Amino acid sequence: MGATVRVAVTVNGQLRESEVEARTLLVHWLRDELGLTGTHIGCDTTNCGACTVHLDGESIKSCTVLAAQADGATVTTIEGLATDGGLHPLQDAFWEKHGLQCGYCTPGMIMAAADLLQRNPNPSDEEIRHGLEGNLCRCTGYHNIVEAVKAAAANGVSA
Amino acid sequence: MSTYVGQAMKRKEDPRLITGRGNYIDDITPIGTLWAALVRSPEAHARIVSIDKSAAEQRPDVIGVFTHEDLAGDFAAPMPMIWAPAGVEIKTPEHWPLAKGEVKHVLDPVAIVIGTDRYSVNDAVEDVIVEYEPLPVVVEPEAALEDGSPLVWESFGTNQTHEWSVAGGEVDAAFADADVVVSQRVVNHRTAGAAIETRGWVVEPRGEHVTIHSATQIPHILRFVLSLCCGIPEDKLRVVAPDVGGGFGSKLNVFAEEILAVLLARRLQRPIKWIETRSENMAVTHHGRDQISYVEMAVKRDGKVTGLRVRSVCDLGAYFMALTPFIPELGFPVGNGAYDIPAVSLTFVGVFTNKFPTDAIRGAGRPEVTHWIELTMNKVARELDMDPLEVRRRNFIAADDFPHETALGIVYDSGNYQGTLDKLLARFDVEAFRREQKELRERGIHRGVGFSTWVEVCGLAPSRVVGPQGVGLQGAFWESGMVRVSASGTATVYTGTSPHGQGHDTGFAQIVADRIGLDPQNVNVIHGDTDQGPWGWDTYGSRTLAVGGEAVARAALKVQDKAKRICAALLEAAPEDIELVDGNYQVKGSPDKSMTMVEIAGAAHIPPQELPTDIEPGLEETSFYDPENFVFPFGAHACVVDVDVETGKVKVVRYVAVDDCGPAINPMLIDGQVHGGVVHAIGQALYEQVVYDEDGQLVTGTFVDYALPTAAEVPSFETDRTETPSPTNGLGVKGIGEAGTIAASPAVTEAVLDALRPLGVEWLDMPLTPMRVWQAIQAAQNGGAGPRATEQGRALDEHGGGAAGSGPTGPEEGGAA
Repeated sequence: MGATVRVAVTVNGQLRESEVEARTLLVHWLRDELGLTGTHIGCDTTNCGACTVHLDGESIKSCTVLAAQADGATVTTIEGLATDGGLHPLQDAFWEKHGLQCGYCTPGMIMAAADLLQRNPNPSDEEIRHGLEGNLCRCTGYHNIVEAVKAAAANGVSA
Repeated sequence: MSTYVGQAMKRKEDPRLITGRGNYIDDITPIGTLWAALVRSPEAHARIVSIDKSAAEQRPDVIGVFTHEDLAGDFAAPMPMIWAPAGVEIKTPEHWPLAKGEVKHVLDPVAIVIGTDRYSVNDAVEDVIVEYEPLPVVVEPEAALEDGSPLVWESFGTNQTHEWSVAGGEVDAAFADADVVVSQRVVNHRTAGAAIETRGWVVEPRGEHVTIHSATQIPHILRFVLSLCCGIPEDKLRVVAPDVGGGFGSKLNVFAEEILAVLLARRLQRPIKWIETRSENMAVTHHGRDQISYVEMAVKRDGKVTGLRVRSVCDLGAYFMALTPFIPELGFPVGNGAYDIPAVSLTFVGVFTNKFPTDAIRGAGRPEVTHWIELTMNKVARELDMDPLEVRRRNFIAADDFPHETALGIVYDSGNYQGTLDKLLARFDVEAFRREQKELRERGIHRGVGFSTWVEVCGLAPSRVVGPQGVGLQGAFWESGMVRVSASGTATVYTGTSPHGQGHDTGFAQIVADRIGLDPQNVNVIHGDTDQGPWGWDTYGSRTLAVGGEAVARAALKVQDKAKRICAALLEAAPEDIELVDGNYQVKGSPDKSMTMVEIAGAAHIPPQELPTDIEPGLEETSFYDPENFVFPFGAHACVVDVDVETGKVKVVRYVAVDDCGPAINPMLIDGQVHGGVVHAIGQALYEQVVYDEDGQLVTGTFVDYALPTAAEVPSFETDRTETPSPTNGLGVKGIGEAGTIAASPAVTEAVLDALRPLGVEWLDMPLTPMRVWQAIQAAQNGGAGPRATEQGRALDEHGGGAAGSGPTGPEEGGAA
């Protein structure tokens, strides 16, 4: 193991601390160290978005952030998106509208959509499509993902 | 009987997947797990001079480094290729999990490193020093067939792997008597499956037993083949497919790494894990398509196609995976498309090149056939100055002519091609479109429409047709279904199919719920574990519902039959007088005398009174179903595009799909499959291409270079259906998983051609990247003979370099340096 650093990050509302190899990617820390395996990895080049989480409230690709860079920050993953023990309205909308098939891109897609609706509570179809272009899905053809985000927006998700 | 079947029921799979509580391969890490990484060749063709493992082996975090020579004694057999057609010689190279003496494509594995953690094992790979002596490389399949070409396998003396032909009717006479012969060279380029989850495995040895968790579409076939390749009896091997993050054919194989997994787990007696990187996935998970087809149609003046002759050169890569040489031929049963063509001759020539093998990718052989049939039909129409839809109408197999035996002796089960086209045209007003097109053109907007009236063959497969006695696959393709009702009256369904996004848990629960009288929420579907349920043949070829679903339905009907007999005994009625109505087993004419499945299940397990001696205890039935025939889904699609003639960029602005896959079990799942399937084909038609340069280096090794469509590139879809039942199975269903991918590429391509024809562009081979379209426009405008033939590998200068996420780039964006 190479040089290590100590990180302390508030993850899904809980302070988590550990000593990590300096090169550890945030996504690997979340998955391998904290066991939050809902955040996925689909590429080596920051293209696919399967690893999208929120860092201090904004969506980022956790494969391109070092765990050390998140020191002192707040991270929300798919496991922490719903705050009342039920489903977040976007999760519910993805279920309702068949916005997922294999489900692999889904956590990242939902986290990206949540960020999009925070910034733009009533997006047009075009704005949804461009807002999610950093997240790849091979199953759905995006049609029902767009429907799900629209449905969640109509339900006032961002409020 | 249908209470749940036909409903757009929300998926049972989803609650865990939308909350991040799925269980994919990389989520599994047993305590004490070691990590694997592979040393791979940077050369496309080379002799291995030496391998120096010493530096890597000295690292404290490395357990071992293994080459072919280290493991040679552990291999019981080379990697299999399972097609052995009678009377056809196929040159099959010896294929081992690690290179033996020579490497044949870039990233060919040379050694495997086992270490203690995910990061350091990759550091250790860099410490394995391999010396290569480069050998001549060939990447173009037609060049590979020429005399003097470098040989991928010296021992064969040729790069041609095989030639396979099928013909029916009087082909030569049809061409001799033709009024017009229409010819076209059609390139269907190499693509990647590109599931967002890459491959991977976790293997756990327990003494002489080995469990391998693998992100696979084929757990049963995988166990069977691993047993043969590793020399371990099947009863000592267990394969588990956890949640699988997409397949599209790319996880429909037995891969080198899986064989290494089992052998190293047995040797080291430690859990080991390997997760493929995306860069590996693009290079060493099989590719699809890659055919150059020479298509000729014999036509009469009235538009009737009387003959079809095709010769396809198929780039198979350097080795054979399980089905590599067979995949192009898989299109042959629908070689004549939806058309009644009396004479057909198809020839497929396989070629070795220094690339990774091709094999099944969504559609597998049928997208290629559909692309050339549909585009050539359009060319016939232009040649005869007819409407392309009118040419189709004159050649459709008539709705009253089913079952229909084609010139190739294939029996199409059912169809109504005119019916789906009529329904499409009710939604898509061609005359209104042509008026709009004209008006837009006057404003400088180049809009075009393309149609595809396609048929495909799926529901793999009737064993007598495709098995050893038929086409020659060394396998059978029936399916199993088992329904087990518990003492408390809930059901567990075991299917031999193995999903990766399709929604088996939901659709099969709907089928079984109706047939045994339970709520689908109390029907749990189990799959993908060879230690649970009967043997099965897994998931590919749009077989889940038409073969697997039918097996499950038959097992459920057996349970219903036994439930009726138990109910009859307890209600003192005759079994034939018991009917299942709205979940109640009741006596005909006396609905007050009834039992629920919960009550019957209790009695089956804990009889409240003595049951007749011919009724065994328990409530569990199994069915094995081998279909009599394939199924033949079909449909009519229309695609509208706008082409920016200044940049060559194509935008799909409307897509209408009318599909017929028989009666809907869950229409929501059907629409989802159509959306995804069509976008897969739009991806191939406009953006995606696996590109190797002349040295055999992979240019498109990441998602930066291999441009998957994003949400921003595609439209929302208009979908509709007709329902023509298949007589092949009791459910009347056909497949839908591959339909959109088979259907769409000719519609997209023709739409672009329709937009550009006024500029003189007559032909384009996919992918229709901005650079390629722009060059075609320039060539036509400058009085050239159209774009030069589009060879594989030539694409470097015009490959869009489209980055997923940012959308395909064109010359205006500097992406095609």
